[in-house]
Amino acid sequence: MSEEIKIDVKMDLKGLACPMPVVKVSQQIKKMKVGEVIEAETTDPGAHADFPAWAKSSGNELVKIVKEEKSAKFIIKKLK
Amino acid sequence: MDPSKELELIKKQVEEIKEGSQNKLSMVVFSGDLDKLLAAFIIATGAVAMGMEVVMFFTFWATPALRDKKKKAKGKDIFGKMFGFMLPKGTGKVKLGKMHMAGMGTGMMKYLMKKKNVASLDEMVSLAAELGVKVFICEMSMSLMGFKPEEMIDYPGVEFVGVASFLAEAGNSKIQLFI
Repeated sequence: MSEEIKIDVKMDLKGLACPMPVVKVSQQIKKMKVGEVIEAETTDPGAHADFPAWAKSSGNELVKIVKEEKSAKFIIKKLK
Repeated sequence: MDPSKELELIKKQVEEIKEGSQNKLSMVVFSGDLDKLLAAFIIATGAVAMGMEVVMFFTFWATPALRDKKKKAKGKDIFGKMFGFMLPKGTGKVKLGKMHMAGMGTGMMKYLMKKKNVASLDEMVSLAAELGVKVFICEMSMSLMGFKPEEMIDYPGVEFVGVASFLAEAGNSKIQLFI
């Protein structure tokens, strides 16, 4: 069993197309404290490639991707 | 030269290179096509999300898209009036670069964008403003086509500039694009 991750903020970004998921998450993460975790749920297929790329260049950690039937949840930890 | 001096010099040069290339994206937006303008704004807003500073330099055919459809400018000469009439007025009037087909293609694209929840060009401009994307408009293009600053959109911090202002921004940008 993997340990549960405490989610601080949940965002529902279902239905939004590129570049909105990444833009909205980057706006939200600015308001959060270092170490806090955000869960963004999106139906955008591009997000699977985009969030890892975004996390790498913005210096945050993509902790986990949870695939659902029609969407995916991206769990991101603010590192700086 | 003794090694410690040489090392000092190399350190200085590295420092200069670091300073020279900031985490910035500079874009020349030349095209007035709906598709290219959309791409430009998507890249711009995406870049801000990646933590970059963004400067968009609107020139030539891209400038009419930034006219405010509700605003009018007085005191234009005959050519200015003609250009003003013939060129699209604002984001709502720009056409696809391909497949415009007398409005059918562009209309279809707008319908599909709405259906697939892709933000409209108008929404992208407001988003860019909200995110702090800098917009520069080429002064020469405007005077060539007879546009006046008072008929352009209310964009926070919009500047009417020449090529040197763009080059100064582009010179220390990591990425430079021409769209």
